[in-house]
Amino acid sequence: MNEAPPAASRLRRLVEARGVVGRTALLNLAAGLVAIAFSLAVASVVFVISGNSPIAAYSDMFEFGSRLESWISTVNRATPLYLSGVAVAIGFKMNLFNIGVEGQYRLAALLAAVVGGALSLPIPLHIGLIFVVAMGTGAIWAGIAAFLKTTRGVHEVISTIMLNFIAGSFLVAFGLRVFGTVRQGNLRTDEIAESGRFPSLNPLIELFFREPTGAASMHSFALVAVAVGILYYLFVFRTRPGYDLRVTGVNSLAAQAGGVAPRRMIMQAMLLSGAVAGLVGLPELLNFSHEFSFDSTTELGFDGIAVALLGRNHPVGIAIGALVFGWLDRAGQILDLQGISPSIIEIVKGVIILSAVIAYEVVTRYREAQQTRAAAAATAGLELEAAAP
Amino acid sequence: MAAAVELEGITKRFPGVVANDRVSLRVEPGEIHAVCGENGAGKSTLMKVLYGMLKPDEGRILVGDDEVELHSPKDAIGLGIGMLHQNFMLADNLSVLENVILGAEPTADMRIDYARARARIGELSEAYGLDIAPDTLVESLGVGQRQRVEIIKVLYRGARILILDEPTAVLVPQEVEELFQNMRELKAAGETILFIDHKLDEVLEIADTITVLRSGRTVATVKPEDVTSRELAELMVGSELPTPETRGATVTDQVMLSVEGLAVSDEDRVIVDDVNLEIRCGEIVGVAGVEGNGQGALVEALLGIREPSAGTIRLDGTDITHWPVRRRREHGVGYIPEDRHRRGLLPPSPLWENTMLGHQTEEPFTRGIWINRRGARARTEAVIEDYDVRTPGPDVPGLALSGGNQQKLIVGREMSAAPRLLIAAHPTRGIDVGAQAAVWDQLRTARAAGLAVLLVSADLEELIGLSDRLVVILRGRLVAEVDPHRVTAEELGSHMTGAVPEPTDG
Repeated sequence: MNEAPPAASRLRRLVEARGVVGRTALLNLAAGLVAIAFSLAVASVVFVISGNSPIAAYSDMFEFGSRLESWISTVNRATPLYLSGVAVAIGFKMNLFNIGVEGQYRLAALLAAVVGGALSLPIPLHIGLIFVVAMGTGAIWAGIAAFLKTTRGVHEVISTIMLNFIAGSFLVAFGLRVFGTVRQGNLRTDEIAESGRFPSLNPLIELFFREPTGAASMHSFALVAVAVGILYYLFVFRTRPGYDLRVTGVNSLAAQAGGVAPRRMIMQAMLLSGAVAGLVGLPELLNFSHEFSFDSTTELGFDGIAVALLGRNHPVGIAIGALVFGWLDRAGQILDLQGISPSIIEIVKGVIILSAVIAYEVVTRYREAQQTRAAAAATAGLELEAAAP
Repeated sequence: MAAAVELEGITKRFPGVVANDRVSLRVEPGEIHAVCGENGAGKSTLMKVLYGMLKPDEGRILVGDDEVELHSPKDAIGLGIGMLHQNFMLADNLSVLENVILGAEPTADMRIDYARARARIGELSEAYGLDIAPDTLVESLGVGQRQRVEIIKVLYRGARILILDEPTAVLVPQEVEELFQNMRELKAAGETILFIDHKLDEVLEIADTITVLRSGRTVATVKPEDVTSRELAELMVGSELPTPETRGATVTDQVMLSVEGLAVSDEDRVIVDDVNLEIRCGEIVGVAGVEGNGQGALVEALLGIREPSAGTIRLDGTDITHWPVRRRREHGVGYIPEDRHRRGLLPPSPLWENTMLGHQTEEPFTRGIWINRRGARARTEAVIEDYDVRTPGPDVPGLALSGGNQQKLIVGREMSAAPRLLIAAHPTRGIDVGAQAAVWDQLRTARAAGLAVLLVSADLEELIGLSDRLVVILRGRLVAEVDPHRVTAEELGSHMTGAVPEPTDG
């Protein structure tokens, strides 16, 4: 064995290493902020063209968006977006594009609502069962795409899109017809009993802010999202299966030579992605509506793709992305009251994603060039040292 | 009489290498002209120059009597030069007819004139004996038939001079016969053919003239009736072989790897056939052969990436034929890949994650399911020190390192995991002389410590300098075993190119 390097040089390397990581994160954050600023600038142009004052619109949005109940609404909206973003990111980490989160979560929410509404059990069992049904359904629905890919070579983009249609248009309607009853003029599943519900976090909020929270109710499912984020981080960045997953995404041929079985990896990643996707519909189901119907929120699966892109598949980045999108959705509501179409918010979101993807790429290339120079300099330095007597 | 094509003093440089050094080549009209040479001799570069894909730094190209300047393959096609690439460029889901006219569709009133195309293809098939039904879907065709479609494609565009880049590399012997029959008919119809081939028995059978390249230079232009295959092999490989350095044999009598009757098939093509091989502890067995003769598939079968179609593989007496890659690696199979970027490296990941690859289930990289970052960094630091990897530290991404340093990291990664069997495919390809010497030293040291090594290489100096025994692979079969201390260039070249008949008994 060789001797350990002197403590001083080890420390220096450690500091440098931390510095490298820190700088990259800061640069990415800066790139994200630039993308948001740019998209607001583009939206300003749209405001002007449509005959409105961007300054007035933005000040309205900030005034409305900074109220406590707006923050609560932002978090409530961000919670399912975050779960959806993590589900997509698990796939992205190994170059699998799971566009099917939409179908996976809707089907999962339907079945979770049906099972949850049909039973009455002690609290932990009831909620546990709902989780198992939701995650299992999501995993199975994603597993079909994984099965098609590993056995027949069907690209997951195609299969998951088609599975979205089957789940969203056919199975959800069919399921509601079978299991639902008409209430308030629409087909709905039976309400989930108290034992299967998540509590509101409002008492906690009022403890900290000593402010009435108004009509808004803070969904405690946000805590589940935080836990999922932590587990996602630990799994992907700190465990050996997570390493196998990332390595497959970076270079699948090298991963294979390194002992990772590609088919099994595809299967595992899709099942995991689908299981997390199964959670996306639960905040609404367990914290708010307690039933599944045609009124239940849709499109969360697609927004999750955007959020994962914005967050660079990193648990903290996805959280920031989900909160930004959640806040925009909330603050944008005020525009409607001012007679401005809230779809301008969709323009802002779209421009954020496009410019963020570009900005991140710039950062990546800049960092790579910088690191290559540093490595070349180190080589030259070592050679000089070696040449010196 | 003017030549069909003449290349004069062609020089083509790439950063750090001269691929063609004042190469001259004269192809007479209506002849079949073979270009032979080892890997890296500059054959493909020369053909790309002639086809307008590369611009030469010096030299002249004459087609007929005129000096021409080719800026793109389009110019070459315009002059009646067509090229068949090694990899077919056909759309599987289209018919033969559609593939042939793709990009050169005859039109009538804005519509594609299929009738005219069909008639023209019929004429071509007739004239050159290229029998193929124009409405068959390409996906249902075999390799030999696909090649025929490629030939028709080139002829359809009016080529009078055909360049074939290693046309026999993808064919089974019977298909080779059919191809040669087609080539003879093309020649009879007045076409000129220029083709690249390593296999001397084939060259001697079909060519009218043979030009041999070595290290980017024209070594000789000969007629097949004037040379023996042994002379031709020596022209290709060169007469000087390095002498292996004298050193004590470390070979023990413990067999580490034993392969019996191993065969690998790709769809229905047999690419490795009945390979029998034993490697003992402390022994380096070199595999010599012209590239594309099954070395890659053999390595992949031993590593577990490819499922063999027959035979058994034993590691230290244990049958591992059906073990997955991970299990083999955990039991001490090390692997230095032929192409580090494809199979060896995680470019954007930090070096310590690169050092883990292939050993991620073992200490010190993981503890249970958890990654041990500190352990992985420490091991990487050790590899950096011991194998002289020039880097600022273990946290820079793999892509930041130069090629030689990447390779040293990969060699260090495999060696530091204390393998029992090392599969090394071209371990020093594309790295500088200093790094090469370092890798060779590491292999010798490990051999002395009892490692069994399978060394696949195209570098004869490396093979002869390192190997205790040398086997030669040709068309997926081990056709000869030679003693690296006594083998002559002529002998080795003859085995590698199939110039000697294969032995009938093992």
